[in-house]
Amino acid sequence: MSGPAASLFDADRPWRVALAERPGLVVAWTLLVIGAIVMMTPLAYMIGTSFKAPHEVYEINLLPHEPTFENYIFIFEKTRFGLWFVNSVVTSALVTISVLFFDALIGYTLAKFEFRGREFVFIAILSTLMIPTEMLIVPWYVMAKNFGWLNSYWGIMFPGMMTGFGVFLMRQFFMGVPDDYIHAARIDGLSEFKIWWKVAMPLVTPALSALGIFTFLGNWTAFLWPLIVTNDRALYTLPVGLASFSGENLTDWELVMAGATIATLPTLVVFIVFQRYIIRGVVLAGLKG
Amino acid sequence: MASLSLQGLVKRYGHTQVVHGIDLEVADGEFIVLVGPSGCGKSTTLRMIAGLESVTAGTLRIGDKVVNRLEPKDRDIAMVFQNYALYPHMSVFKNIAFGLLAAKRPKDEIETKVKRAAEMLGLTAYLDRRPSELSGGQRQRVAMGRAIVRDPSVFLFDEPLSNLDAQLRGQVRTEIKRLHQTLRTTTIYVTHDQVEAMTLADRIVIMRDGRIEQVGTPLDVFHTPASIFVAGFIGTPTMNFMTLPAARDGVAATLKLGEGAVIPVSSAIVGARERVVAGIRPDDLRVETAGTGATLRPGEVRFEGTVIIAEPLGTATQVTLRAHGHELVGMADGRLLPASGETVAVTVDTKLAHFFDPDGARLRG
Ligand SMILES: Nc1ncnc2c1ncn2[C@@H]1O[C@H](COP(=O)(O)OP(=O)(O)OP(=O)(O)O)[C@@H](O)[C@H]1O
Ligand SMILES: [Mg+2]
Repeated sequence: MSGPAASLFDADRPWRVALAERPGLVVAWTLLVIGAIVMMTPLAYMIGTSFKAPHEVYEINLLPHEPTFENYIFIFEKTRFGLWFVNSVVTSALVTISVLFFDALIGYTLAKFEFRGREFVFIAILSTLMIPTEMLIVPWYVMAKNFGWLNSYWGIMFPGMMTGFGVFLMRQFFMGVPDDYIHAARIDGLSEFKIWWKVAMPLVTPALSALGIFTFLGNWTAFLWPLIVTNDRALYTLPVGLASFSGENLTDWELVMAGATIATLPTLVVFIVFQRYIIRGVVLAGLKG
Repeated sequence: MASLSLQGLVKRYGHTQVVHGIDLEVADGEFIVLVGPSGCGKSTTLRMIAGLESVTAGTLRIGDKVVNRLEPKDRDIAMVFQNYALYPHMSVFKNIAFGLLAAKRPKDEIETKVKRAAEMLGLTAYLDRRPSELSGGQRQRVAMGRAIVRDPSVFLFDEPLSNLDAQLRGQVRTEIKRLHQTLRTTTIYVTHDQVEAMTLADRIVIMRDGRIEQVGTPLDVFHTPASIFVAGFIGTPTMNFMTLPAARDGVAATLKLGEGAVIPVSSAIVGARERVVAGIRPDDLRVETAGTGATLRPGEVRFEGTVIIAEPLGTATQVTLRAHGHELVGMADGRLLPASGETVAVTVDTKLAHFFDPDGARLRG
């Protein structure tokens, strides 16, 4: 085969030739296109519906016949959507910052320091991954109730401030950081905390970015726990608030869809901001070439 | 600048002891090379000096201060690492200045020192670059710059050249030597490359399994190796070793190499031993076309050998041959390229031979 030159979009050659040379491409592209359609259709339908008038909601057409901004105006003027949005941004952002800070700190300690009980601590943290969230809801609730954390930001956030998964991920990445970096910084006279913050952390930005995205998205879309811990409508997060548009008998789908459309925007922003760092593989750049 | 003293230095990890009591006195300004095979404890010893590993037992002095329990930053040392450990997210300038910045030195002092180091190392044009935009040799120099600006009492190097290609390695080696001649800073340099050891060191420390095997000037360890291990480690190609039966005859004694080929030795060397190991450097084992050799001089013995393989090196041809049941490496004139299986004449100057007890120690006559 003629290597990378045989791309489907090689300007000099008809794409039929490229396809004939590499029949695998046909399969790959077909699968990708099908995958894209499966993923995009609900999204497109959500956006389409958010511009529909109520009477048009149950029609199958993707594009509304009479597009309208009414739904958006309605949710901002007649509901507490704006407040829920702020609640979601604040809680998700704080939890993400906390997770990045603490999980990285713990992961670094587990990866780079030798102390008695290190394996035990690591396994204990790892074992929390095996407990499903549903099982923890009741203990969390009891805890929140006894400490008076119900109906508060802290109540929404506290279960996620540190995660076993994040600790595990960061530990693995820090283990890949050569000790010489740490030794060099130690000789330069940095405190252990500064070594972590100024030397080790910048070396694992790809992992931090990935963890940041996962954590933010996970909390942005979290539904069950915020639903349980809040009953003050002013403290709802977006998923809980949107769900409250569903009445017992009737759901205003066009409003839900308008809200959901806006709710996807921050996730896009987070993804675009962080993914640059994921792609840039920084870890080895300072080592031998 | 400072002297350095290691007394009975021991390192244990759990139950495994990896350094078994190192004694070494390093004079102010001396360039010491620690050399030895992989895993012999060179890096561990160096890291103990740096303070990156705790000292299990023994005393470590820099100048006349015991530093066993001092933090690395308080030991007044600087270290250059094998993979340079440059911070990829910082410019060359910041990398070099990092220690000074951490020590909160005044800005203009940092500026001056970094500029001076950069000039010394030919890095002035690269100060704004990131390490990833430098060649291997340049990165290596940045790592040295970082050590130089600290103006330490002791430089520590852990295999600083092993990531460079052969040609660059030679260049940087010369630079390190020149740097030491300029700065005269006490230096401990770890390598497993014996050429680096020979060319750089004031004194070489040969280590084996966590112990010092021999300490001496490069010429010392080359010409009077203290053991088979040292003799085999220093010098390329490796010294030929032959375990030979000894025969005593009054004050004289001989080692029998084969029929009609004996090496005369003093009986003091043989002592009561049945067997003695003779070591001959390939350069002292002359290979010539059979029947053409010059008249033997006193102390020379000549015997025949069969060529196994001949490798032209240019100035000389390295010949691996078999003689009297021993496989030996010798040198022939560079214009000579004997074929495999060819019979050649081998001449050995026995005055240049080394003799060892079969358990490894050098025998002195
Ligand atoms: N943290 C550690 N825990 C246990 N054993 C260790 C540790 N660090 C090193 N060792 C052991 O100590 C011995 C000496 O290691 P060291 O790194 O000093 O060798 P070295 O002479 O520098 O070898 P090389 O030339 O390969 O760098 C080795 O056998 C190694 O396995
Ligand atoms: Mg080493």
